[in-house]
Amino acid sequence: MDLAADYVTIVAFILIGLALPAASLTAGRWLRPHKPTASKAITYESGVDPTGDSRVQFNVRYYLFALLFVIFDVETVFLYPWAVAYDDLRADVGLFILVEMLIFVLFLVIGLIYAWKKKVLEWT
Amino acid sequence: MSGWTFLGPAVLLLVVLGFVTFSILFERKVIGWMQARIGPNRVGPWGLLQTVADIFKLLVKEDTVPAKADRPLFKAAPVIAFVPSFVILAVIPFSEGLVFADIGVGLLYYIAVSSITTIGILAGGWASNNKYALLGAMRSVAQMISYEIPLVMSVAGVVMAAGSLNLTAIVEAQEKVWFIVPQIIGFAVFFTASLAELNRTPFDLPEAESELVAGYHVEYSGFRFAFFMLTEYVYVFAMAALTTVLFLGGWNPLFGLDFIPPILWFALKFGLIVFSLIWIRATLPRIRMDQLMQLGWKVLLPLALFNIFLSAILKEVLSGLY
Repeated sequence: MDLAADYVTIVAFILIGLALPAASLTAGRWLRPHKPTASKAITYESGVDPTGDSRVQFNVRYYLFALLFVIFDVETVFLYPWAVAYDDLRADVGLFILVEMLIFVLFLVIGLIYAWKKKVLEWT
Repeated sequence: MSGWTFLGPAVLLLVVLGFVTFSILFERKVIGWMQARIGPNRVGPWGLLQTVADIFKLLVKEDTVPAKADRPLFKAAPVIAFVPSFVILAVIPFSEGLVFADIGVGLLYYIAVSSITTIGILAGGWASNNKYALLGAMRSVAQMISYEIPLVMSVAGVVMAAGSLNLTAIVEAQEKVWFIVPQIIGFAVFFTASLAELNRTPFDLPEAESELVAGYHVEYSGFRFAFFMLTEYVYVFAMAALTTVLFLGGWNPLFGLDFIPPILWFALKFGLIVFSLIWIRATLPRIRMDQLMQLGWKVLLPLALFNIFLSAILKEVLSGLY
């Protein structure tokens, strides 16, 4: 199977993945009752009438974790090609390739330790 | 693109739906036994049709959309969550030659596409315009991105050992030794992180019933709710298959028992993983939010990083052994 055919299969997967919800939700529309009332459409808040806005302020920690995530996710972008090519690079340039990645990871670990000491990783 | 292109994926979809139907029953039965109960036993012989009945019940339930909700996003969210869960199955090699899309970057594709579901969950929680739903969605996203890092890093050792991101090549590299042996730390990190990615006990905080009612899908009813549940179980299928492929040698037989067909070997290992997921759910209590974040960043991430260099050193010492 050539390269293009594999990606055509993935498109087929996407289309079938979309077809299942489309078909079953349409079939459901013919089967299920539809009697909307005002009280059914109230936002659920344990039986009490909802107060205030639902989109409330959030703990800033979520944002800090998102930042950490971006840093380490970008690291994996560099890590994966390195891991795939490791055998070839090892034959070409020797153990330097390992040391180089060690230095790169060390810089990020310093960042992690900084975040750790600054108590970013605590959830209080 | 011919009609045949669709036949394979359609058959796989039916297999997956069958798996989801009976794994839910299996889970309820096993947890029942572990808690000295019988589990579902009324609908059909031995309760076999319990989940089928549940699905039909959900199908005929009224579909309510809260007045304050963001209607288009509210309706799209379950689909955004579900589609990636099925699309990732395209790259899983179930047996020798039985893989739908044998692409070179299979593993990267799996990781990249599966994170789209996070957007579906966040969209669902936000569009509901409900405090519980938004809190559940935010927790869910925080948990999923925190555990994606160790998950991805723990696999780097496997990628190094196999020298490829293609999942078929990774299975073939395990003909002599399964990667669970040299990559035992990687496996431990991967398995723990995959529990968190699947939002399963002890990491099911996004759905903590006692504090958040139901998490991001509080406002969902009927079949839209069913799609969020379906997504979760399709991910169980996908993650169990991926664990089998990456660490348990895929379809490779153990002790040279190759008279058992490869697909059966795959199914055995796959079943073992699924059973372990259920077993853990019945055994461990839910952990707290602060414990969750600390485990991910302070334990699993350093371990995963350490494992990368350990596997490089192992490669030097044991060169040619695996």
